[in-house]
Amino acid sequence: MTGVVRACLAALLIAVASPAFAVQPDEVLRDPAMEARAREISKELRCLVCQNQSIDDSNAPLARDLRVLVRQRLVAGDGDGEVLDYVTARYGDYVLLRPPFKASTYVLWLGPIAVLLLGALGAALFLRGRRPTVVGGEGATPLTPEERQRLDRLLREDS
Amino acid sequence: MIPELGHYALVLALFLALVQATLPLIGAARGDIAWMDVAKPAAIGQFTMILVSFLALTYAYVVSDFSVLNVVQNSHSMKPMLYKVAGVWGNHEGSMLLWVLILAMFGGAVALFGHNLPPTLKARVLSVQAMIGVAFLLFIIATSNPFIRVDPAPLDGTDLNPLLQDPGLAFHPPFLYFGYVGFSMAFSFAVAALIEGRVDPAWARWVRPWTLAAWSGLTMGIALGSWWAYYELGWGGWWFWDPVENASFMPWLAGTALLHSAIVVEKRDALKSWTILLAILTFTLSLIGTFLVRSGVLTSVHAFAVDPARGVFILALLVIATAGALLLYAIRAPSMKMGGLFAPISREGALVLNNLLLSTATATVFLGTLYPLFLDAIDAGKVSVGPPFFNATFIPLMVPLIAAMSVGPLLAWKRADLAGALSRLKFAAVLTVICVLGALYAYQGGPVMALLGVALAAWAFFGAIIELTDRIKLFRAPLAESWRRAVGLPRSSWGMTIAHAGMGVAIAGMTGSAAWMTERIQVMRPGDTAQIAGYELRFDQVEERPIANYQAKTGTFTLSRNGEFLATLHPEERWFPVSRMSTTEAAIRTNWVSDLYVVLGQEQQGGTGGYATRLYHHPLVPWIWIGCVIMMIGGCVSLSDRRFRIGVPARAKRDRQPTPQPAE
Repeated sequence: MTGVVRACLAALLIAVASPAFAVQPDEVLRDPAMEARAREISKELRCLVCQNQSIDDSNAPLARDLRVLVRQRLVAGDGDGEVLDYVTARYGDYVLLRPPFKASTYVLWLGPIAVLLLGALGAALFLRGRRPTVVGGEGATPLTPEERQRLDRLLREDS
Repeated sequence: MIPELGHYALVLALFLALVQATLPLIGAARGDIAWMDVAKPAAIGQFTMILVSFLALTYAYVVSDFSVLNVVQNSHSMKPMLYKVAGVWGNHEGSMLLWVLILAMFGGAVALFGHNLPPTLKARVLSVQAMIGVAFLLFIIATSNPFIRVDPAPLDGTDLNPLLQDPGLAFHPPFLYFGYVGFSMAFSFAVAALIEGRVDPAWARWVRPWTLAAWSGLTMGIALGSWWAYYELGWGGWWFWDPVENASFMPWLAGTALLHSAIVVEKRDALKSWTILLAILTFTLSLIGTFLVRSGVLTSVHAFAVDPARGVFILALLVIATAGALLLYAIRAPSMKMGGLFAPISREGALVLNNLLLSTATATVFLGTLYPLFLDAIDAGKVSVGPPFFNATFIPLMVPLIAAMSVGPLLAWKRADLAGALSRLKFAAVLTVICVLGALYAYQGGPVMALLGVALAAWAFFGAIIELTDRIKLFRAPLAESWRRAVGLPRSSWGMTIAHAGMGVAIAGMTGSAAWMTERIQVMRPGDTAQIAGYELRFDQVEERPIANYQAKTGTFTLSRNGEFLATLHPEERWFPVSRMSTTEAAIRTNWVSDLYVVLGQEQQGGTGGYATRLYHHPLVPWIWIGCVIMMIGGCVSLSDRRFRIGVPARAKRDRQPTPQPAE
């Protein structure tokens, strides 16, 4: 399997997965609401032997075992969070496609926000420096109301 | 003999690239026209040699020359001709050859069509382009030579991966590389401008068409790849946030930001330093993508360590190119003169917001893609970063971006009236509300995110249309007047409207697929009927027969609605004996608004004659790719703008006396 995956990767720049048969008819729960919950949970869990596939998409035997396990827990009455905790306790954080927020993932989760804030700060400082109103520099006297009116009129004509 | 010719041509191309990388650069520094003029024949020669090399490899594939190792490993005599040809770039060595071919093609195009470029800039651009060429040609010849012979030659090949034997995927790499590698042009222009020490509106005008061409190609390449995933992987997923997808998506995001910031440089002579940086980073992301995909680092950090020759080469190349360019940037950028002034609420301000959000989105994808590798490399544990992470971080950045997308083009340059712009969008707002109510009615509620998606899609689409009707004064002036204005509108303006509207269409498709897909999974025996989304599907039979290089198991389904016959569908399972793999071919019936998607699964054990079948109803999904095609058309329309061909700012012409030299 790894040989195949590597061959695909070497050949391509896009995702290559085996044709996914994923959920089989015999796995589907009778209760549609519970089955829908199972599907949503399955999308959060990684197939541990595949490359970046959720157990919902994967046709690997291990993924099938996990899908069945998820459904068993749901039937046993677990909530969605409890099912995820149950699986994580056995397979580790690696099984979660949404990494938990903890020391080793602070950079991952906070990075985008930090980039956005720093970028916004940079843009704000830049925009302040670009404002047409500071052209006169520090020593310039502010415009009188008449002057401002006249300027606005001129700017309107310009645009 | 032919493969040796190809090999020889490749080595010649390397030496031509070496000449092109050095002499014109020295010539430009010394002001020596003769040395600068070397660039043109060298660029054209380099392209020709690589083309010869590429054709030689193609020939080896077409005639199934199994004395060439690369052909043995990726082809088979029984394979249909299309896939014999597509097999040329369906493997590592061949795809790198395609990479340098496109690189040299862009260089050759500048050499041929760059008449209006100042001679020193042209020489420097071509030199920088050739430096990248030297590196990758060396890479191919040293680590990934496709012309290696094998003796004794085997009787037949081991076949191309069956998943790749598909029309969508046959054309996916050329488009993708066109975009990916096309951004090298923006990089070369940026580095050349830094060497020249001058960035002005004319520079932006020269860079934009190349960036636009690359962007259009990349848009198409990504769309083809996701379309392939949709119909080939068997359940209708079209985007997986897989690292390999992200590798092509990051340059697209950065390239989109670059397209927009270059407008500010061109029109207002501002944001110059940032635009240069963005041009460097965009191509850096292309190189990072190449590294991720080519080095095997994605399979695992440790697999990379076992066979590092290729990965280390690309990594070194990446570091040298990026570090060199950034060093040059650090030295030269501070001396760049600040350009035009503007208020925060203005067209420039809107484009700054666009760049802020797109850059953050790029950084987010970058972080999500590389973080697991980084943690693994420093032995700090293993994490998985999958679709839930990207949905949680990427989508919140796209919401304000799309919301602002309709407003930005209505703002005036320098200083704008936001309230005025919003009031002009009244009509778009009303139409958006109608669309949301329509979606609520049609789907009886549905997730809130879906309604947000519909709202954004409608807002983007109608916002783009309103901007256009506003500019041509449709219904507010006589029709003849509107027509005159529409014809007189610059192509780049048309291009923007088309691309923005296409974005709206694509968002509608993405929303529909994420929110309203329905699915039926069951065991069916011939004669059984299943219902989905108001359709009935009767499973008639399964037939087995050999075709070309595979064995097909074809199902026949009759699709009807309210007892009325609509179509016969043939989903297929294919077994490729040579590579011992099977693929599924879904049967898809589209009415351009929604798809009905049927997959024939495995035969059930126990000889009951039952098959696992999957039926899907994918509403609005075709719009994802229709939207992408519209965006690409927008890019091409913009590309045909006459300003890019003439190259001289119109005002400069009017203000100056006629001169024999184009204004710089």
